Amino acid sequence: MVNSEMVRVKKSIGQFFGTIYDGFVSLLDLIFGTIQKIIGVKGMPYIFVLPNLLIFGIFILFPMLLNFVYAFTGGSAFFPGERPWVGTDNFGRLLACENYLVPNSCTEDLFWRAVGNTFSYVFFQVGLMVIFSLITALILNRKIKARGFFRAVFFYPVLLSPIVVALIWKWILQENGLFNGILISLGFDRIPFLVNAQWAQFWVVMISIWAFMGFYTLILLAGLQSIPADLYEAASIDGANPWQSFVTITMPLLTPVMAVVLVLSLIRAVQVFDIVFAFTGGGPGTATLYLVQYIYNYGFSSPNKQFGLAAAASLLMAAVLVVLTIIQLVVRKEEN
Amino acid sequence: MGKVTRFLTRTRGRKRLTWSDGISYGYLIFGVIIMFGPVIWLVFSSFKTPGEIAKFPPRFLPYKQETMMVSGYDEPLPLYKINFEDGSSRTLAQVRRIGLESQLVDPANPEEIIKVNIKQREPVERVNFGLDNFKEGIESFDFGLYLWNSVVVTLVATILTLLINSMAAFALSKYKFRGRQFIFIVMISTLMVPLSVVLVPVFLVITNVGWNNNLLGIIVPAAATPTGVFLLRQYMLTIPDELIDAARIDGASEWRIYSQVIIPLAKPALAVLTIFSVMWRWNDFLWPLVVLSRSEYFTLQVGLASFQGELNVQWNLILAMTVLTLLPITVVFGFLQKYITTGIATTGMK
Repeated sequence: MVNSEMVRVKKSIGQFFGTIYDGFVSLLDLIFGTIQKIIGVKGMPYIFVLPNLLIFGIFILFPMLLNFVYAFTGGSAFFPGERPWVGTDNFGRLLACENYLVPNSCTEDLFWRAVGNTFSYVFFQVGLMVIFSLITALILNRKIKARGFFRAVFFYPVLLSPIVVALIWKWILQENGLFNGILISLGFDRIPFLVNAQWAQFWVVMISIWAFMGFYTLILLAGLQSIPADLYEAASIDGANPWQSFVTITMPLLTPVMAVVLVLSLIRAVQVFDIVFAFTGGGPGTATLYLVQYIYNYGFSSPNKQFGLAAAASLLMAAVLVVLTIIQLVVRKEEN
Repeated sequence: MGKVTRFLTRTRGRKRLTWSDGISYGYLIFGVIIMFGPVIWLVFSSFKTPGEIAKFPPRFLPYKQETMMVSGYDEPLPLYKINFEDGSSRTLAQVRRIGLESQLVDPANPEEIIKVNIKQREPVERVNFGLDNFKEGIESFDFGLYLWNSVVVTLVATILTLLINSMAAFALSKYKFRGRQFIFIVMISTLMVPLSVVLVPVFLVITNVGWNNNLLGIIVPAAATPTGVFLLRQYMLTIPDELIDAARIDGASEWRIYSQVIIPLAKPALAVLTIFSVMWRWNDFLWPLVVLSRSEYFTLQVGLASFQGELNVQWNLILAMTVLTLLPITVVFGFLQKYITTGIATTGMK
């Protein structure tokens, strides 16, 4: 009874939106039909691609080209016309360094600190997250009861906004928070998690894993489920133990999906910003200052805005991302 | 006893739970605690009174001290259980505290003041899910307005994204026209560069268009996502061209072909793009932060970030507003989790 009621409700909702969609389609058909009469079928693809291309051109492509203008000009003026040409000075200043491993020896020591922090963040965050996601996906791929529930639980934090994630963990890790309460009741001393530089870096990595791993778990799980079951059956008939079938079947067949996961998470990790912005704000000191925040600080929040420097830094970062994406495209091509 | 264990360890398919099943379920339950625990801790904490919030070590449930109106006093007085030296105990209301001495009255006999050492008293408490934090928080955090802005941005941007991305994907997958390859390659190459690295010039463009402090400034620029076009194009390539030819012979216009042949067939890909778009727009932070500076246009995320900046210490209010912020997406996920997880798992990675 209840079920048929539900189906009826669903159907009438579907009909409602269907009617709206039909009305919308007929209305636009008047416009597009007229255009088609004027320019013919051959011209229609341009009309279809136009709205997207227009917005894309104005708000994505043009700014990207404009970024070059900013990167090669100096001063604090906001409008490109008022900015003096400085050539590669901005890049020179960013890259001037006696020893790249010692940020203090660089002219722009903050930039190199951000680069160093970003590198270590990317290394640990991506490495650990891929391991955790893989373990979780492997376990979820077993004959597990309530798999849907567990899958949803691991995915839930992905939906939370970075600000919410940061606030939840800030609350847990603060001086009088849950973790310090547990430590005290176990007889340990309090740890200033967000005041100590190493601990802050550690927790930034951990909460990013917490927030993002569900997404990669889902993708890896889909990859695991697409491996035909009869391969495992054949292996077990041939006397292979679970570890052997993991190494000889799962690992090689999962490699393409694994590569996609690795590159996607790398690209995302290089751009880390919003969680950290709300979680530590880059502190304590510069312990969790990462590249995008460096760019944001120079472009928007510092009192003497250095747009040229911010743009030059973002071009250097974009170069890294382009390399990563080309790797991804190559990997995908191999996969297909 | 043996029967009970056998019943509890019975599994479908195989005969008995093995040690590896034990580890698996152990890991998953640990995972549930790690993934859900922080959120549940947040929710319980958001009901705590400021006094309870400051308490260390913290307690799991929100407690509130009982109070009572006593004749002769204007304010309700907090109740304490007093343990006397002779072993007896009474519940009394505290009038004031002076140093180590607490002055209390018996509610039944409010004239007589009883003085005891503060070590002898224990607060009378009960679990209380009070809404005070939410009521007080909403006075300075305009939840309704931010929610409205977030919903408008998410809905309008998603509809716009679906419309213009699918139109572009249709053109790029089903027509041969001069410049097609060029347009496609330019779009794909910008997939690599995230918007976060071109903040300054984007801000310049938005300023020139006059969309600072305008919801259009976050809706429109993000609608032309190359990712969406790419996803839809890949899917539409799998739709056979014969269908289009047949419709054309029947005299359908190109717009009719797009809207009544292609769109219904591309529903699975459109569903995935809808999920992505809602997630992106709802959680978007950096872009709105740059575009919006007046609080009447704040989305939930920007509003919450600025709220916690203003009230760095008032955790009780921040927690309550955080709970409000995560509520809508949690409810949506509760209803649609099956579609969302399977949708992303099947098409999301292509």
